[in-house]
Amino acid sequence: MSNSGILRSSLAKKYAMALTGLFLCLFLVGHLVGNLQLFKLGEDGQMAFNEYAQFMTTFPLVKLLSYLTYAAVLFHMADGIVLSLQNRKARPVGYHVEKGSANAGWSSRNMGILGTIILVFLVSHMQTFWYQMHFGDIPMIDGMKDLHTVVLDFFNPAKNNLAGVAVAGYVLAQVALGFHLVHGFQSGFQSMGLSHPKYTPIIERAGLAFSFVVPLLFASIPVYLFINQL
Amino acid sequence: MNLTLKVWRQNGPDDKGHMETHPIEGVSPDMSFLEMIDMLNDQIIRAGGDPIAFDHDCREGICGMCSMFINGEAHGPGRGVTTCQLHMRSFKDGDTIAIEPWRASAFPVIKDLTVDRSAFDRIIQAGGYVSVNTSGNTIDANAILVPKVQADEAFSSATCIGCGACVASCKNASAMLFVSAKVSQFALLPQGQPERESRVLRMVEQMDKEGFGNCTNTGACEVECPKGIDLSNIARMNRDFLKSSAKSEN
Repeated sequence: MSNSGILRSSLAKKYAMALTGLFLCLFLVGHLVGNLQLFKLGEDGQMAFNEYAQFMTTFPLVKLLSYLTYAAVLFHMADGIVLSLQNRKARPVGYHVEKGSANAGWSSRNMGILGTIILVFLVSHMQTFWYQMHFGDIPMIDGMKDLHTVVLDFFNPAKNNLAGVAVAGYVLAQVALGFHLVHGFQSGFQSMGLSHPKYTPIIERAGLAFSFVVPLLFASIPVYLFINQL
Repeated sequence: MNLTLKVWRQNGPDDKGHMETHPIEGVSPDMSFLEMIDMLNDQIIRAGGDPIAFDHDCREGICGMCSMFINGEAHGPGRGVTTCQLHMRSFKDGDTIAIEPWRASAFPVIKDLTVDRSAFDRIIQAGGYVSVNTSGNTIDANAILVPKVQADEAFSSATCIGCGACVASCKNASAMLFVSAKVSQFALLPQGQPERESRVLRMVEQMDKEGFGNCTNTGACEVECPKGIDLSNIARMNRDFLKSSAKSEN
């Protein structure tokens, strides 16, 4: 197939979507494990979180992983846009009556919208924390950047007028992430051709659990910090 | 039964087309959907109008010719049935029913509810076959042993009648269910092995050329498929395509 080539095929775009998506699922787990340290109170918690933040921004292997993550996010996004545009072109005249809910789940029909909500969150999230950590002028403590205080202050109604909005936005984004994962997690395996009568039901159940637990834990952190500092 | 039908009318491929409303009275609940359309056409012809063009052939659910997107679903609200197997008892007296053609750029409308599905034929021509030596030494097909489970699975993939309901239902107008069923029916049998790799590469290439959309695994196709072809076929094709592309030398 000299002229088709795997890279130009519609299936190749699906593989790329699946691989980047599943890689980002792994990233979510890593990120979550770090964030959970925000539940630790007092100076111990501050120390632990700042050490973690410093490790994440300086350790070479982690740095490499972070570049991979940026690339995966960008690729997943660009690929999604290309696929959506092609799909729109495949049906130039739409139906007058279309009953999408009769044959497909809501998440699977709204991946683009859900992805866009996640993207908006991602931009704002990186601006508030990632940018501050890398390029911002933040106070030092024990020779480390005090990201812990930046995070706590951001979700502190006494120090940030928009803390409530930030928490609400954070939770909303996690709900979108959850629904995105409900379809995305198992769909990634299907796209890679990993389907089996015995294992697919397990993947589907694991995917559902993942889409519920991971966003829930992520969302619980800002809620906890907000209530704690009321 | 008295019904209000909203039918897509389009004079030819270049016509813009529009929905046309037709009230119809005295429909029997035992009629098939196509018989009801016959009745409507009779009514239109008697009034001096142009009858609605629609595809049909065997009227027993095996030819794949009838189509129609009825009330937002391919082949209407029933499961595992074609439009000819859909009966008017599935509707209520007084219902309004919207009837549209399959909509996909790869299935251009010929007239009204008929669309050109020859894109499927070209995909089959690209690789949906097994090459058999017919020089007089053809071996009996039964001489090659096939495990029952595998034979059954190949048969269930082969029950695809190529109606195009998968494309019509898919929000992306993707043909993956059709192509994967046709790839699978050979990939599962010993006779299909010699051409297994080139077949999947060629058929996917042709599918892309025809301008079908990309699969996003919503699963609408398997729900609407009158023959119950399922998503495991698509996974098998994804797997085969990946393997064959990696091994392909050009």
